[in-house]
Amino acid sequence: MAYTEKTRGIYTEILAGLQSAGLFKQERYIHSAQDADIEVEFPAGAPLKKVINICANNYLGLSSHPEVVKAAHEGLDSHGYGMSSVRFICGTQDIHRTLEQMVTKFLGTEDTILFPSCMDANAGVFEAVLTKDDVMISDRLVHASIIDGIRLCSAMHDTYKHSDMEHLEEKLQLHDLKRLKMVITDGVFSMDGDTAKLDKMVELCEKYGALLFVDDSHSSGFIGKTGRGTHEQYGVMGKIDIITTTFGKGLGGASGGCVSGRKELVEMCRQKARPYLFSNTIAPPVVAGVIKVLEILSASTDRRDKLEKNTEFWRKGLTEAGLIIKAGDTPIVPVMLFNAKLAQDVSRDLYEEGIYAIGFFFPVVPQGQARIRTQISAGHEIHHLEKALDAFRKVGKKYDILGKSKQEIIERYGM
Amino acid sequence: MDEMQEIIKTYVIKEYVEDDTELTYDSPLISGGIVDSFSMVSLKRFLENKYNIAIPDDKATPEAFDSVNKICALVREYVK
Ligand SMILES: Cc1ncc(COP(=O)(O)O)c(C=O)c1O
Repeated sequence: MAYTEKTRGIYTEILAGLQSAGLFKQERYIHSAQDADIEVEFPAGAPLKKVINICANNYLGLSSHPEVVKAAHEGLDSHGYGMSSVRFICGTQDIHRTLEQMVTKFLGTEDTILFPSCMDANAGVFEAVLTKDDVMISDRLVHASIIDGIRLCSAMHDTYKHSDMEHLEEKLQLHDLKRLKMVITDGVFSMDGDTAKLDKMVELCEKYGALLFVDDSHSSGFIGKTGRGTHEQYGVMGKIDIITTTFGKGLGGASGGCVSGRKELVEMCRQKARPYLFSNTIAPPVVAGVIKVLEILSASTDRRDKLEKNTEFWRKGLTEAGLIIKAGDTPIVPVMLFNAKLAQDVSRDLYEEGIYAIGFFFPVVPQGQARIRTQISAGHEIHHLEKALDAFRKVGKKYDILGKSKQEIIERYGM
Repeated sequence: MDEMQEIIKTYVIKEYVEDDTELTYDSPLISGGIVDSFSMVSLKRFLENKYNIAIPDDKATPEAFDSVNKICALVREYVK
């Protein structure tokens, strides 16, 4: 037996270390479909509890939308359950290409290629389009999947301070002699809910002849007046060379992702991106569901408009309650608690009050910046948000953090 | 040599430290999460230009760049 007691011991020790450091992740079992109201079993074996979910990426409330569910059923009936193949062997159906064309139109790009997930899109895209003669210059807070993609690519890499345009310009100058330069950013940053300054970034990329890459996973479908993403919000549609995004958040929440942008770059991915070449195609019912999502969002902006109103209500409510939130206008609203234990305690007490929101702390966010990340949805009604605000006020009062400054909270609870 | 320590420390603070984190000549830079290993290339270029040296890529490891003192030691190997 190769899995000896000694081997097992190595792992039990590591896992125990995670436990004692408070870094051990535990799943909560949800017995209902994803929605504003869910039924949760937590801890495992506990009776089910009805709670309001304010930590899903279900921004548009489409994860369990009846029209999307129906379209997925129909796709299942017409195109089957799975394809048992990667795209280029025998895994491309008419609906896969239809979806690619619809995404292209929706995002205002030249072409699109689907990936099993956006994690895969980010893991594959850099290696497919860049070589060791090139340089990637990324924001220091980009998503983990981009960091993995950068690691897999032989191009030189460098970073600039988060959203610091002067620093980015210095780096563009430093690497001016490279064959290709690619500037890499998230559109909306998932931990802070702030947006990249894409207007300025396009300007800099044009000035220095660099390509611009944006991961719009937390934007597609709702940021910008018609929900096309951060490039719409900043008035630079058609000027982003590569956009990656996911169908696993606002756009229905099932799974899948894509690379959308300049047609030659998309074609390079079709020829060379390893997660595209070596991983199974997106399942037909999911493709059919995403097609319906894009139809719904192209026909009306009602859902993103409602999300915008809900977000305003939520940000205003938290601020008036005396909590500290990260400034911005996206539906990602971090409530800052600074101390890791306090974030965990507040999350647990909110759950007792019927509100499901999770604490984030180091190493997911920098040391001393622990928080509860709340995420608003068009699936929320005002009564959900009012109940959640009541809970935040009650728990905030218990810990005496309402109306307190960052300094006061840190003095009391530590970093 | 003290001057070199101070020059490198100043560069690291300007490039990486955004709050009032204290930095000593022995603070772990990369393993301590102060310098992201992705931007070592800038640090290397800075050293090469400043001291008019060429540091081979295989010497510019995260370990060799992990503190101001280690960086100084590396640079000294190449200054004539
Ligand atoms: C910015 C960003 N990019 C990519 C991903 C990965 O997307 P997917 O779930 O489709 O792999 C995520 C999701 O966590 C994300 O937040």
